[in-house]
Amino acid sequence: MLGEGIIKGLVETARNFFGSYTSKQRLTTVQFPDERLIQPEATRVFPFLVFDTDDAEKGLRCVACKICEVECPPQCISIVKSADKKPDYSGIYAGKPQFYPSKFDIDVSVCMSCQICVEVCPFDAIKMDTAFELSTDDRFGGLLWDKQRLARSNEYYRSIHPTEAAEVDAQLAAKKAKAEAKPASAAPSGDTTAR
Amino acid sequence: MSVPFLILAAITIAAAVAAMTLRKLVHCALALAVCLVGLAGLYLDLGAEFVGLAQVLVYVGAVVILIVFAILLTRSDEHQSHGSSRILSGVAVSACVFGVLAWAVVTSGTKESPNAMLPQGAMKQIGVALMQRYVLPLEIVGLLLTAALIGAVVIAMEEKQNTK
Amino acid sequence: MTPAVDQIFVNIKHWAVFHSPAAMRPAVSVLLSIVPILAVFPGLFAVTTVLERKGLARMQNRYGPNRVGPFGFLQPLADGLKSLTKEDIVPTGADRLTHFLAPLLLVMTAFLEYAVIPIGRNMTVANLDAGVVLFFAASAAMELSIFMAGWSSRNKYSMLGAMRAVAQMISYEAPLILSSIAVVMTAGSLSTVTIVEKQAGYWGVWPYHWYVFTPWGLAGFILFMICATAESNRSPFDLPEGESEIIAGYFTEYSGFKFALFFLGEYLGMFAISGLAITLFLGGWAAPLSFLTFIPSWIWFFAKLLALIAVFIWVRGTLPRLRMDQLMNFAWKFMLPMTLVVILSAGIWRFLPQGVARWLICAVPIAILYILLGRSLMGGRKLEKRTYRFAE
Repeated sequence: MLGEGIIKGLVETARNFFGSYTSKQRLTTVQFPDERLIQPEATRVFPFLVFDTDDAEKGLRCVACKICEVECPPQCISIVKSADKKPDYSGIYAGKPQFYPSKFDIDVSVCMSCQICVEVCPFDAIKMDTAFELSTDDRFGGLLWDKQRLARSNEYYRSIHPTEAAEVDAQLAAKKAKAEAKPASAAPSGDTTAR
Repeated sequence: MSVPFLILAAITIAAAVAAMTLRKLVHCALALAVCLVGLAGLYLDLGAEFVGLAQVLVYVGAVVILIVFAILLTRSDEHQSHGSSRILSGVAVSACVFGVLAWAVVTSGTKESPNAMLPQGAMKQIGVALMQRYVLPLEIVGLLLTAALIGAVVIAMEEKQNTK
Repeated sequence: MTPAVDQIFVNIKHWAVFHSPAAMRPAVSVLLSIVPILAVFPGLFAVTTVLERKGLARMQNRYGPNRVGPFGFLQPLADGLKSLTKEDIVPTGADRLTHFLAPLLLVMTAFLEYAVIPIGRNMTVANLDAGVVLFFAASAAMELSIFMAGWSSRNKYSMLGAMRAVAQMISYEAPLILSSIAVVMTAGSLSTVTIVEKQAGYWGVWPYHWYVFTPWGLAGFILFMICATAESNRSPFDLPEGESEIIAGYFTEYSGFKFALFFLGEYLGMFAISGLAITLFLGGWAAPLSFLTFIPSWIWFFAKLLALIAVFIWVRGTLPRLRMDQLMNFAWKFMLPMTLVVILSAGIWRFLPQGVARWLICAVPIAILYILLGRSLMGGRKLEKRTYRFAE
């Protein structure tokens, strides 16, 4: 019948109108910043570097292997490997000193949050952060983050991604246990030179 | 010769002169609209409400819009040529027309009719007259308008078939 | 008590005219009739803009403006300030005089339409003998101003928008006037005050004589409202000013206060035509139930006006925009025959005796034509749920 669709449409909008006062389902607006939506756990915005203990320099997990720099699709990571090595504070590498990044820059205005750097990092050193209110008025360096800005503690990582952090901690603990077990089973020569 | 009559007459004449002398054609059409509104005002001043309002409705609301559409759809921004040789013949023709109209008005005897209709009854009188005394002209005009409408539709349809 | 409240504005005006010097009496009387219209209806316009935005928002599952003032009701203040302080840009090639005059003409004719609408008992600005014709004459002059706006901007999209707008308004003027002719026929007068008076009176509690309660009146009212939506260029007939289609149509090149004037003129036209619909079909300022007559007449008029505005907003939030050819087809192929049958039905109504039989007999031609036109104009297309074929 002519006009049937119009009547149905009018009924639906009337239901929307009156329902918006009573049910949350018919008024889905969240008045940001007074109200916020709960972010899901797997939220990812921009990367950050994880450090284990309280010290951002000593506990930094990154060993400047540069895999993330190579794999990053828009090439927003820039790493300079250090000339010297820092001692192994975490115990995963069986006491062998490791390289560290003397410069680790991410151009956040280029980063597309694809998480490929996180997926390819063999050392669980770079993870995705969830903070998104990052506006700055410094247009020349405000969105080029250096190592200091990027480093966040493992406690922070645990607070934003609890399940992932628990898995990573378990894996790292297993690696550490394996590394500790190995010198005990190997010849006790104390030979720590790299082969 | 009351003040409203003078003002309305002045507006009408000024708009008519503007409609003849302005350069852009659309301006002339709009000046024509003002002139017709002035005429409607004159009708209202004489107490003929329905005629005055129908004048606005039909002339300004339909005829002027028709003229404007015709201008738009058929001309681009051209300057009109002012041929100086045409002024003399134009004046002659308009003088003749004016003479005929003035003679018709002066000898028609409308000045001496004292029984002007009361506004309350005018509408009904018009309706009754249209349906009883003047029904034949009404039907003929209706037929004419229908023929014009059908003709316009036929012409537009043929053009569509031609372009297809 | 209640007649005093009902006639309070009339009495104030008489008092003021009586107490002013004799030489100034005509001027005072005229001013006191006009100034309330100039004050009240733009105020109603301001309230309607915020109500419309909030109403549309709620229909679309979101909040409307809710930051300025309590629940956003001071938003018109912010909008007014914005439009007053924006720079007035006129394009270089534009025709300056016409560009300036177009919004003025629009607002002028929109205000002129209020002269014949009875807002309350004895509260009409001008009780003309041919009031309805004045209304339609003013709305015809409005079309001219829209054309002027589009043409003077020297912008091909404005020109297109203006031509479409004028074509639409002319097409819908015919069914508009024809559906009001049925009322004029039955009332026997073109004067709006007389039409309202003829609809007075109750049969028990029910306002029996309102023309909307007759079959031709109901159909005529619905057709009138559809044509009113088209005449005011409101959704779903807002192709000439559609923002996603033609930028802003005929008022693309207007900014600042002139844009606000266009907006004002369009909304005023909408209120005026709703006012005429109330006068013609809904009994004007009469109360809907006989025991509610203690509420003043002008309050009933504004209550009905707000109800019709709510219906306009409701329809705007529901229907998608009509395309130009669909619009024109609808006007000429559906609305015009329906209005002619409404006139026929009103004529039959006059000569039959009162009763249920009269209602049914007069409803039959309208219903038959509606069903026939519905079948034939759909072109045999059945409206069913769309099925999709996805790529494998």
